[in-house]
Amino acid sequence: MTTKTATNNAIFRFRPGFIISWTLLFIGGVIMITPLLFMFSTSLKSAGQVYDLRLIPAAPTLDNYIRVLSDGRFVRWFLNSSLIAVVVTASCLFFDSLVAYTLAKFNFAGRKLVFLAILSTLMIPTEMLVIPWYLMSSKFGWLDSYWGIMFPGMMTAFGVFLMRQFFETVPNDFLEAARIDGLNEFEIWWKIAMPLVTPALSALAIFTFLGNWTAFFWPLIVTTDKDLYTLPVGLSSFAVEQSIQWEMIMTGAAIATIPTLLIFLFFQRYIVRGVMLGGVKG
Amino acid sequence: MASIELDKIVKSYGAVTAVHGIDLSIKDGEFVVFVGPSGCGKSTTLRMIAGLEDISGGELRIGGEVVNQREPKQRNIAMVFQNYAIYPHMTVAQNIGFGLYTSKLSKAEKDARIRETARVLGLEKLLERRPAALSGGQRQRVAIGRAMVRDPAVFLFDEPLSNLDAQLRGQMRLEIKQLHQRLGTTIVFVTHDQVEAMSLADKIVVMRDGHILQVGAPMELYNRPGDIFTARFIGSPEMNIIGADLRDGRAEFGANATAIRWNAVEGLPPGGRRKVSIGVRPQELTLVTPNDSLAAFLIEGTVRVAEPHGSETFVHLDLPEGSIVARAPSERSYRPGETLSFTAEGKSVRIFDAETEKLLH
Repeated sequence: MTTKTATNNAIFRFRPGFIISWTLLFIGGVIMITPLLFMFSTSLKSAGQVYDLRLIPAAPTLDNYIRVLSDGRFVRWFLNSSLIAVVVTASCLFFDSLVAYTLAKFNFAGRKLVFLAILSTLMIPTEMLVIPWYLMSSKFGWLDSYWGIMFPGMMTAFGVFLMRQFFETVPNDFLEAARIDGLNEFEIWWKIAMPLVTPALSALAIFTFLGNWTAFFWPLIVTTDKDLYTLPVGLSSFAVEQSIQWEMIMTGAAIATIPTLLIFLFFQRYIVRGVMLGGVKG
Repeated sequence: MASIELDKIVKSYGAVTAVHGIDLSIKDGEFVVFVGPSGCGKSTTLRMIAGLEDISGGELRIGGEVVNQREPKQRNIAMVFQNYAIYPHMTVAQNIGFGLYTSKLSKAEKDARIRETARVLGLEKLLERRPAALSGGQRQRVAIGRAMVRDPAVFLFDEPLSNLDAQLRGQMRLEIKQLHQRLGTTIVFVTHDQVEAMSLADKIVVMRDGHILQVGAPMELYNRPGDIFTARFIGSPEMNIIGADLRDGRAEFGANATAIRWNAVEGLPPGGRRKVSIGVRPQELTLVTPNDSLAAFLIEGTVRVAEPHGSETFVHLDLPEGSIVARAPSERSYRPGETLSFTAEGKSVRIFDAETEKLLH
């Protein structure tokens, strides 16, 4: 809707800059959305029509959805993914912001060093970590368990970094006022500082949830038990079992986008709302 | 209610010392204002009283008990911050109620206290609002409410009015004074605004560079400032300070100074010659007809600019020795370039040592 009004404006004003930039944005948008449209389109096709590349299916059918949803494995994978994404997200929100708050608001020897050490882990690619993770999981007996899938993501350096930057902007007056009101340090963090950074928490929640919902590589490595597959791992197994069942993969993927959309819709209003506004005079 | 004693209180940050062993005694129920320019240590001192800063040396007693090691919540104090620091995610009622966080009162008693506080501060109709929907003055009132609701022994105010516009500041100043008259609680108030200090304080503490320069009642500081800094800081427009040589009961202002004379210096032992600065407030100068030869103290200058204030006009005069400000009647107007003469009573002219800047007389 916004795009349309803005485009109208641009044409109306006859500003070449506007026309060029909006054209580029439009092309970019089309490039972004085409795979998604194709995914939905394919999910509505029967197996025989899959290689008929028309965007609008000749004979649209919901059969794939019925098949996927009545397949117990799919539901199980969906629940696995939900459980893992929710637990990891909650853990990240809690622990990342606890660490971040400490790094932002407490003065102690080695504070900068700790922060740098945490940040430096961002430079190490996941591919390098997978082998140590696997060895660790295998030694601890975490292979083929939910914990094994979740543990690497329970705290993230990125989350600590993001939250620290936001906690830095929380005026100390709030925390000191709370200290005088008699809250202990944990209560100050939980009752005063956390509500003041809800936009950052929402952003982190979205990132973390999406990241874990779509996680493929590590869950694929750490699990062999099909009952523990996450949705992406499970969907990929549609590709190896018999021949590649594109219509089934696309149907599963289409269903898989629903939670991400819901999470985004739920949290994004907290990002937009400026909670900090009005508490202190800047 | 409680008295507060600062006994050689020191605050240092590593090698830097912000407060140099200050001594101060604040009586129960007294309204004490710390005043001074930024960086003078006044806020640091307040924060040490609050327990938000560690005390590097000396002893702090509240109500006779040493509290150096006590947490803020154990000191029975409440504090109002410059930035209000009311929690934006809570309603007015929740914000005020937060002052009772550690209180063991029942829910009903707490509610009653919150309502009573809101009533006193005129916030009853706003109890369900959030801070974002309040004006600056209302927010500051909520912050005061959160401090009041607990009925603390000491109120600490850290420049609470400096974010308000001039009109509101005057109004809140009045409200805080009335609040003190009604509650009678000890208040320590920090400001850099001498008008606030003058109008609120029972006792003003002038600070500079981590030292206390002078402690006294407002009028005492106004009439007998202990040094040039205090003399200029208290009172508006600031006191005129003019360099002079004292010799045999006469003040000499430079070799060929004709614009200013003071023949009969009172109060100092005669004899000897010393360099001094003399101080006279714009309000202590009286306009006289030019070349009034009878006046012992006479200043003559040309008008640079005149500022009518309604009831009076402040004229800025250029002299060969510098420039001064004088209060003149507002009945007439003053043209730039016009020559005016002012006199002052000898006993209202203060003499400061030019080197130490301390008051001699």
